[in-house]
Amino acid sequence: MADNLKCSLCDSEATVHLTQIVNNKIHKVDLCETCAQKKGVTDPEGFSLADLLSHTALSPERGDKQIVCPECGYETADFRRTGRLGCAHCYTCFSSLVKPVLEDMHAGERHTGKVPKLASKRLSSQQELQDLNAALARAVAAEAYEEAARYRDQIKALEAAQCEAAELGSS
Amino acid sequence: MIESLITNNRAELTHSTKKAVPVVLSTRIRLARNLIDTPFPERANSSQRSAVVKQCAAELHNLAPLRKGAFFDISALSDLEKQVLLERHLISRELCESQQGAGVFINKEQTCAVMVNEEDHLRIQFLKSGFNLKSIWKQIDAFDSQLEGLLDLAYDSTLGYLTACPTNVGTGLRASVMMHLPGLVIAEHMERVIRAVNQLGIAVRGLFGEGSDATGHVFQISNQQTLGESEAEILERLGNVLKTIIDHELNARFKCLEENREKLLDQIGRGFGVLCNAHVLSSNEAMNLLSLMRLAVDFSMLPETNRAVIDRLFIECQPGHVQYVAQAGIAPEDRDVARARKLRDEFSQLPPLDFDKVNELT
Repeated sequence: MADNLKCSLCDSEATVHLTQIVNNKIHKVDLCETCAQKKGVTDPEGFSLADLLSHTALSPERGDKQIVCPECGYETADFRRTGRLGCAHCYTCFSSLVKPVLEDMHAGERHTGKVPKLASKRLSSQQELQDLNAALARAVAAEAYEEAARYRDQIKALEAAQCEAAELGSS
Repeated sequence: MIESLITNNRAELTHSTKKAVPVVLSTRIRLARNLIDTPFPERANSSQRSAVVKQCAAELHNLAPLRKGAFFDISALSDLEKQVLLERHLISRELCESQQGAGVFINKEQTCAVMVNEEDHLRIQFLKSGFNLKSIWKQIDAFDSQLEGLLDLAYDSTLGYLTACPTNVGTGLRASVMMHLPGLVIAEHMERVIRAVNQLGIAVRGLFGEGSDATGHVFQISNQQTLGESEAEILERLGNVLKTIIDHELNARFKCLEENREKLLDQIGRGFGVLCNAHVLSSNEAMNLLSLMRLAVDFSMLPETNRAVIDRLFIECQPGHVQYVAQAGIAPEDRDVARARKLRDEFSQLPPLDFDKVNELT
């Protein structure tokens, strides 16, 4: 017989072998007794092969770019190790690593479901602010100062409204 | 601490009488949600975790389903209490393992449970007996919309709701249906079913045992994909797959009745005899026997009104529950004795099996 398979998570000998087909792709995972127990493979209630697959799909690769999330300090290695992210902002920082995982795992790449009202309002006002700032920069560059002043007023008004909303939200 | 939950005789999973149906035991939907600006639970420090619990506790108490509910701090629960909540599907194994700054809100009827600081800040779950995807979605959607007005949630216009694990991103929705599939197991079709639905992004797990010959013939079937489809699409697709499985299951049962009639009726009859008379029953054996009794109800050999009794016993005969009722720590052997006693008591009150009813079916 060939060499014994090694556990996908540590280097011990693998005794548990799992195969699952997701999106017509075959995923195989080999685990040792300890890791299988830890990951709940022997506990059908708590076990999801998809979660596990996301980990092995993330096994360290050579030439991995080192990324650190400025919000929570999560690093590439943390993501590779756990298959999870540290905070909401990590999705932006690690997008190059997360995207292939999502493609593999899900039916599509865009959310088409429910939209939370509060959060989408916040997002759209952020977008508006970005657009206004860009317009302001363009106006200044073009020395169109009257126009620039108008943009500045709009930005101020929008920021004030956002502050107020944030205070209301936290009180 | 959880006494009131166990003794409540209006609990959905153990005391619902109206909605129980053949094949489907119960339906659950859960939503994963996170607060913006706080690291996910695993990454958050203990003061951040406590702050999340505090913030969520303040808001959750005001939402209708939880108004009369209770919050259980995980560090205040004993291992046995956690085991009982786990067997009732009110908390997850992951939550059991967390040390502090985590807990769960549970309403009186145990139809709504919100875990705080599990893998995500919030794991909202609604549960009902029977096959109920649409009505549960309506309830959980309304709950979530209310909550969203009170807490600022992590959401991205492209990726949807942001979750600690990319497997849940998007809708954050996982719907799972508990199915009783003795026909498919006996016909040895389960492997094939599992393989087929896996290809559709749907997962099948045994509830009490493992793999394709799960103890008690109960399987938990759920969607795996959360991104790229709307909630309604996910539920419709899952619902269609489940309907197909129900059809296959019913066909398998009738085929089995046609081809192996005496053998199947013998199994059910002996099972009933064991439940009425045994003095030592392991959890596994009890689950398998109860599965046969649920089948007996489906075949009209036991009155429909007894279905709820059997569904309740599926829960109450699990190790944590048997031990909890026995109070002081009892040895596993004594647990099997206590389980057998309980089943004897319950089954001695049921009418005898009516084998003539099966003949009317075919």
